[in-house]
Amino acid sequence: MALFKTKQAVKYEKKHLLGIQDLSIPEIVHILNESQSFVELNRKENKKLSLLKGKTQINLFFESSTRTLSSFELAGKRLGADVMNMNVSNSAIKKGETLIDTAMTLNAMHPDILVIRHGDSGAANLLSRKVNCAVINAGDGWREHPTQALLDAMTIKMKIGKIEGLKIAICGDIMHSRVARSNIYLLTMMGAEVRVIAPSTLMPKEIHQFGVKVYTNMEDGLKDVDIIMMLRMQLERMDGSYIPSTREYYEFFALDYKKIKHAKEDALIMHPGPMNRGIEIDASLADDINRSIIVQQVEMGVAVRMACLKILMENQI
Amino acid sequence: MSKNSYGEPNMKSAIINARIIDTKNDIDEIGGILIDEKGFVEAIGKEVTKNNVGDVKIYDCANKIAIPGVIDGRVFAGEPGFEYKENYRTLSQAAISGGVTSVVTMPNTDPVIDDVSTFDFIKRRARDKSLIKIHSLASLTKNLDGNEITEFGLLKLSGAVGFTDGIKCVQCNNVMDKIFNYAKNQNALIVQMPQDNELSKNGVINEGLIATKLGLKGIPDYAEHVLIERDLRLLSQYKSKYHIALLSSGKSLEIINEWKSKNIDFTTGVSINHLSLNENDIGEFRTFLKLSPPLRTEQDRLDLIRGVKNGTIDIIVSDHKPEDEESKRLTFQKCATGSSGIETFLSLALEQYHNGNLELKTIVKAITENPAKIFGINAGSLEKGMPADIAVIDLEKPWVVKRDQMQSKSKNTAIEDKKLQGKVEKTFLNGKLVFEI
Repeated sequence: MALFKTKQAVKYEKKHLLGIQDLSIPEIVHILNESQSFVELNRKENKKLSLLKGKTQINLFFESSTRTLSSFELAGKRLGADVMNMNVSNSAIKKGETLIDTAMTLNAMHPDILVIRHGDSGAANLLSRKVNCAVINAGDGWREHPTQALLDAMTIKMKIGKIEGLKIAICGDIMHSRVARSNIYLLTMMGAEVRVIAPSTLMPKEIHQFGVKVYTNMEDGLKDVDIIMMLRMQLERMDGSYIPSTREYYEFFALDYKKIKHAKEDALIMHPGPMNRGIEIDASLADDINRSIIVQQVEMGVAVRMACLKILMENQI
Repeated sequence: MSKNSYGEPNMKSAIINARIIDTKNDIDEIGGILIDEKGFVEAIGKEVTKNNVGDVKIYDCANKIAIPGVIDGRVFAGEPGFEYKENYRTLSQAAISGGVTSVVTMPNTDPVIDDVSTFDFIKRRARDKSLIKIHSLASLTKNLDGNEITEFGLLKLSGAVGFTDGIKCVQCNNVMDKIFNYAKNQNALIVQMPQDNELSKNGVINEGLIATKLGLKGIPDYAEHVLIERDLRLLSQYKSKYHIALLSSGKSLEIINEWKSKNIDFTTGVSINHLSLNENDIGEFRTFLKLSPPLRTEQDRLDLIRGVKNGTIDIIVSDHKPEDEESKRLTFQKCATGSSGIETFLSLALEQYHNGNLELKTIVKAITENPAKIFGINAGSLEKGMPADIAVIDLEKPWVVKRDQMQSKSKNTAIEDKKLQGKVEKTFLNGKLVFEI
């Protein structure tokens, strides 16, 4: 049975997948329904399809990544595409080539799909205007990480059976988080009550205009929530004194057994990874199999990305 | 007999039947301007008609407006060091097509215009290569480092009309204190774009909803306020000559008015971009709209227009900052700031007249009389004896801004495809017709 009622679904027909902002509810429903069959496939012994046979997928990563890169790589390979990973350390960007020049060079090799991660917001949009193939945004600066939000929605839907009406708290470094932004767009669109919890120095300006409730302490913010989405402290993005110390941050904003008591008894924990254990989350809580669905998120990631690749390839024809 | 640039012998000429607006001399009437053989104004006003100018070259400008040639108070010329972005020749062509006959140029060049020999060099370059009148600012601090002050006295003797670090702002309180103090001796004009470096660090856009949506680091408006507060506090100690180059925030006007009410004397400017655009126009990362200071909210824009209207803001500038393709074909975070705008400057300013926000007189004053006064330039009005620098405008003519039609060497206009009303039809420089549509 389909995850959502199929009559609610409308196929996503755009060329690129650059952000959740560009999606509608029926399109999200369609992507998640498509993902479901891949979840089942990925659990089988033979995981190989030939839907993307003969297609070339280039994963162009300007920021280091382990799970997103490997997730996209697996997704492409399981669909039968030829997958190439390009890492910034091997790239001419280091020698002064601009993003557009790199894009033009790759474009000349006739890829069918480019998966890009870049430290600058809008990089995927810029790239998509310069190449002929489909572009998937695998994270641009602080702006969007659409497949992460889709896989988070998939995980919630699979686990709880619904998104609408859930109370979901996103906690941590909201300001520097593309995961937070994409999730806020998607979850509010799907009818969840989304809360953001962060020290005010890590709260982006005007975030309340995104339709979320804003909290600066965990006790109030976590009250009665169904899902707690912890964000990674982006220590490498801190260019000022946003927090006095990780020790103080842990005391007031990390998720531990004490703070989680304010949430619903069966509240679930999510984290986009990689985790800073002992900074934003208690180490043993992250591994609590009754609470944590972090591993399921990774599993859903491959399925959702397979669905995205499939849909964009169909759109090319 | 000398020849003009068109190879004709110099002779008297006259503009007739134009609506002449000269705010300094309080003229707004249908009349003419008689120009002598040397290119100076001989007579102006309703008395100058076809019948009484004698045998001269006649330019009948019926239904057109004649104003003093526009003085653009903030222009990046590209010389020396950035000639691939703009040089004096291309700048001149762009300027005259927009009715601009005098410009005040910035010292953010390579090398920086911070000593007499560099200043003399660009003065000679400007004399040889430029059609329009170049008035250069020298830097406030050596190499724009914000540490050591430049030779205000000697540079002023060489012809510097003022001192600024241009796109940079002097941060150190002690250095700024010495600048205000020493400038007083030399009666030197200090020009500053107020922005706190730490508060604006890595910022590329106004802090607020748009920044959060686009995932870009914002620059809060109080990065401007704290520097204005500091400068005016220091100014009140010394009463030097001080001009705030660019304002972007409506709240800055409140601070300015507070200090003006304490009889602290200074002047202020705003770019036409900040009167015409707001942060929403950036859309999906339009890099040509990445400006410094950043475009702010619609409310800020309206406040700034009100500031021009009530005289809190003295001058409007184009903030012409030509940038080559390579500097703008980058992500919003990495691309250069600034837009090329000298040739659309006047037409874009007229938009505020057509939409009823500003009187024509107010606009003309802010781009002719006032900049002439602030920078001490012999232009901006047309009384007898002044150089006949004149822009003749068809106030109603509709046109569309197209990059490929731009004269400037760089095409980074912030208003591509914008429909404008009002266009320069003729530009006179020292009495000579140098541009005609």
